[in-house]
Amino acid sequence: MTDAHTAGPFIAAIDQGTTSSRCIVFDKDGRIVSVDQKEHEQIFPKPGWVEHDATEIWTNVQEVVAGAIVKAGITAADVKAIGITNQRETTLMWDKNTGEPVHNALVWQDTRTDALCKELGRNVGQDRFRRETGLPLASYFSGPKVRWLLDNVEGLRERAERGDILFGTMDSWVIWNLTGGPRGGVHVTDVTNASRTLLMNLHEMAWDERILQSLDIPAAVLPEIRSSAEVYGTVQGGVLDGVPVASALGDQQAALFGQTCFAEGEAKSTYGTGTFMLMNTGDKIINSYSGLLTTVGYQIGDKKPVYALEGSIAVTGSLVQWMRDQMGLIKSAAEIETLASSVEDNGGAYFVPAFSGLFAPYWRSDARGVIAGLTRYVTKAHIARAVLEATAWQTREITDAMTKDSGVELTALKVDGGMTSNNLLMQTLSDFLDAPVVRPMVAETTCLGAAYAAGLAVGFWPDTDALRANWRRAAEWTPRMDADKRDSEYKNWLKAVERSMGWLEEEK
Amino acid sequence: MAKNIQSLERAAAMLRLLAGGERRLGLSDIASSLGLAKGTAHGILRTLQAEGFVEQDAPSGRYQLGAELLRLGNSYLDVHELRARALVWTDDLARSSGESVHLGVLHQQGVLIVHHVFRPDDSRQVLEVGAMQPLHSTALGKVLSAYDPVAHSEAVEVTREPFTPRTVTDLEDFESLLDMTRARGWAADVEETWEGVASVAAPIHDRRRMPVGAVAVTGAVERVCPDGELRPELVAAVRDCARAVSRDLGANRF
Repeated sequence: MTDAHTAGPFIAAIDQGTTSSRCIVFDKDGRIVSVDQKEHEQIFPKPGWVEHDATEIWTNVQEVVAGAIVKAGITAADVKAIGITNQRETTLMWDKNTGEPVHNALVWQDTRTDALCKELGRNVGQDRFRRETGLPLASYFSGPKVRWLLDNVEGLRERAERGDILFGTMDSWVIWNLTGGPRGGVHVTDVTNASRTLLMNLHEMAWDERILQSLDIPAAVLPEIRSSAEVYGTVQGGVLDGVPVASALGDQQAALFGQTCFAEGEAKSTYGTGTFMLMNTGDKIINSYSGLLTTVGYQIGDKKPVYALEGSIAVTGSLVQWMRDQMGLIKSAAEIETLASSVEDNGGAYFVPAFSGLFAPYWRSDARGVIAGLTRYVTKAHIARAVLEATAWQTREITDAMTKDSGVELTALKVDGGMTSNNLLMQTLSDFLDAPVVRPMVAETTCLGAAYAAGLAVGFWPDTDALRANWRRAAEWTPRMDADKRDSEYKNWLKAVERSMGWLEEEK
Repeated sequence: MAKNIQSLERAAAMLRLLAGGERRLGLSDIASSLGLAKGTAHGILRTLQAEGFVEQDAPSGRYQLGAELLRLGNSYLDVHELRARALVWTDDLARSSGESVHLGVLHQQGVLIVHHVFRPDDSRQVLEVGAMQPLHSTALGKVLSAYDPVAHSEAVEVTREPFTPRTVTDLEDFESLLDMTRARGWAADVEETWEGVASVAAPIHDRRRMPVGAVAVTGAVERVCPDGELRPELVAAVRDCARAVSRDLGANRF
């Protein structure tokens, strides 16, 4: 038995997320030693606009780092490295002389660049930069947000062209501040974060000059693109003074890393408000014809980058919240399982939660949610079951698309996130995928991934095999549904999906 | 018919009064509505307040129904809520002990397994969520029987089947086992249900200190109980885990 409070040394990880910043200290076995967390304000200046105060975030990051170190009862000398993981795509520009942001950060969910993206698509449309970047032209990604700031913050373009302004996603902001800020802070980003800007060429792992020109973004503002696991610099000041800053990974890529999906064909799915599934595609850049994103999975030091396919589901956990808050059918999210377990099946009902359209693999913005197959027999318990099945079927659609694009069959799905505590959902997932579903012992895979990458960079862990050896299976669900039943249910689901489409009239 | 207890009747009348019409009432309104002396009414209100059935609004001094009444109405803890709260702590228990972890609640005449964390070696294991275990011989069952009166009466009434030569089936012996469980705060099962298997369990309490479930570490008797002695650090780890889950459910430190 290893002692609950193992002796050092340790690795710290910062997770600068959408709603909060966290710091977790891990020991050599990958076990959590301490956690500290602080939420920050969500700023909504207009419908569809979402901003964060980057100064507040940096203050919170410093506090949670200090908090986690104090709770662990350790000092900087015990910490071999610190790693960063972050909300992806959220965009910030700041003055490199003062360290002051020129505007609030534009959060990934912010849709103010919708019109700009349409305009940038010109006659080609969404896919204008897909071959270079792996991404569609959509408002999530950083590039259009940078352009918006340059166009809308007075005098910013001139200052940027003079070389006084820096752009970065939250990894860059945190690393620049950790390593000294205006006094010598390093201005870098990692390949995974850079792959979400719409500005990086996936084939060359470098900023794409043609796209920069198209978006009219001066190269002077851009951070240097580095690997996900290397020492970028050392912490200047604060409780971790002198500790190497040694990794950066976008949150979903960090979870892929934390789940030790190091081999081609290995995939993880994170079940939260929405769901993000990533599959390791090795050294292959797979162009998706099924509406998936092509992205960088990770790059360790000077090794070759590893690519990934990504599929996201907009509404999963949030559908359960909707059942609780809007419908009032349950009192807590966990109760959905109680209600759903009170019946044997869905009673013929199918729930397609296309609340803001259908995402991958359909990409139909004219779709809206439907509950299909209703009869007088259907009760709220059947609807609860249909709610859980919706998450499982949507996962199935993404895995089918991944198999189609990559030619790799999914052997097992590694899951994490809050919804993994729902036993019925996990069993249903396994039944619908016809593959084992596996939950690892450490739920905090995002922070763990950043810690792992930082630990590799400083030799705390020798190689990825050592990390794999740390991975522990906490639970595994295996398929119990017979093939005929699965096929006929899937057919019904697809029929229901069809009925959700075309609800909105053509946009004028 | 025996005479009813007057103060209870008065308390019931007060609760009905507060539940109807106006939500908040002052002491004199309550006393005059029920035809009581102010002192008598105050005494009853104070008792109801201490039990949480009535609350006093600080600025106005008026009385209203307390939150405890709501809790009485939907008192049972959803087992899936219990699992969600226990997830992190049970993972950590499995990790630190190197053994499998189970979370059980009383269901009919046995223990229903609502959560199971695999032993952290890479061996093939099957998820046991939904399985039933006996009340009288398992560590989980003994903890539930010791702390939950409903579980206790089930365990007493059921036929206590001898699964192994070590199973305790005699009622008096069983009761003294439960006494010991309550005294030390945990229970063990050393080959009393399955040959070669030993486990240690501790109770999980909710915010009202009601026993809502139990958590157990289970493994090969040679590892859990070397030389016939339960490993004290294992007992401590199980109790720490149970306390952590209880705290998450709102129970005070104990």
